[in-house]
Amino acid sequence: MVELRLPKNSRVTEGITWEKPSDAENVQEVRIYRYNPEDSENPRLDTFFVDLDKCGPMILDALIKIKNEIDPTLTFRRSCREGICGSCSMNIGGVNTLACLKGMKEFKGPINIYPLPHLPVIKDLVPDLNQFYKQHASIKPWLETFTDEPNEEWLQSEEDRKELDGLYECVMCACCSTSCPSYWWNGDKYLGPAALLHAYRWIIDSRDQDRKARLDDLNDSFKLYRCHTIMNCAKACPKGLNPAKAIAEIKKLQLQNS
Amino acid sequence: MDNRPLSPHLTVYKPQITSVLSILHRITGAGLAVSTVLVVFWLASLAMGEVTFKDFNTFLNNPLIIVVLVSSLWALWYHFCTGLRHLYWDIGYGYNLKSVAISGWAAVVCSFLLTFLTLLFLIS
Repeated sequence: MVELRLPKNSRVTEGITWEKPSDAENVQEVRIYRYNPEDSENPRLDTFFVDLDKCGPMILDALIKIKNEIDPTLTFRRSCREGICGSCSMNIGGVNTLACLKGMKEFKGPINIYPLPHLPVIKDLVPDLNQFYKQHASIKPWLETFTDEPNEEWLQSEEDRKELDGLYECVMCACCSTSCPSYWWNGDKYLGPAALLHAYRWIIDSRDQDRKARLDDLNDSFKLYRCHTIMNCAKACPKGLNPAKAIAEIKKLQLQNS
Repeated sequence: MDNRPLSPHLTVYKPQITSVLSILHRITGAGLAVSTVLVVFWLASLAMGEVTFKDFNTFLNNPLIIVVLVSSLWALWYHFCTGLRHLYWDIGYGYNLKSVAISGWAAVVCSFLLTFLTLLFLIS
């Protein structure tokens, strides 16, 4: 359901302004969403100041610097620091993206950092992605086959393999799904752009033998058709993929399937 | 665990050309449903005879109603233009981000242009 206002316990209050580095000339103001499950307080927005001359260029570098030098309780997910693992997805400057791929120089003025939108927050910038992963599992992200297994591997022509380009690169960071207003309002029933992009990846895999069942399962006014071609997903994807296009292809296949 | 706060969404997400045009398509669609009622009343007043029709026309000439009518005209053209965009998408074209931006701005510009031309036609 559309709910424009946040629930009472979720409204963001003013937070702590941490001390500015005294000897720095090149200072970047960063405001970060904080929530501590161990107290009963509402989430708050803390202000930090980062000395850019002593910090790497990316948002993730700033977060790590803050955690190391200012507030060790700041909590966020990160791993590869090069856009491969999809862990450090968050809302930066109003748009979902990976902190490791976003340069601080792309912003003028203070940078606001929130967790991915419209998700339950576990702590600070760490949202609960369980529903997102369950939806991914629900589209059976594996090869379904019924014929006898080949002696070696399931082969595919180079042409058929090319069909998977622009789909297999998804790192499941959830930037797209949580940028989608339709997913905000109906995330419990609508699968969202990421799960649907993966669904399409298996539907058009030449080695998969369960296309009809996959399409039948998606032929649902909520699971698939809550996509209204808003296209925030494609705008947000830090890997430059286009979930909206993949969803459109599923809709087209539904016509042939019926 | 049930006490987990919901992360901010609409209020923190930067307006995107994609989502703004999309919600406007919806709002204009809903608004047009209301304006249609006005048109139906206008036709009904015509059926009810000269006196009622004249009275209703006086009501329509109220500056406030004129604003409503002109915005409805724009809403009609906007909904038409973005509607064409949706049809184009539905046959599977125009999904790369550059096309989306171009078709989006084209729809906005055309909606105002068509409104202006229609008004010019009505006044002359």
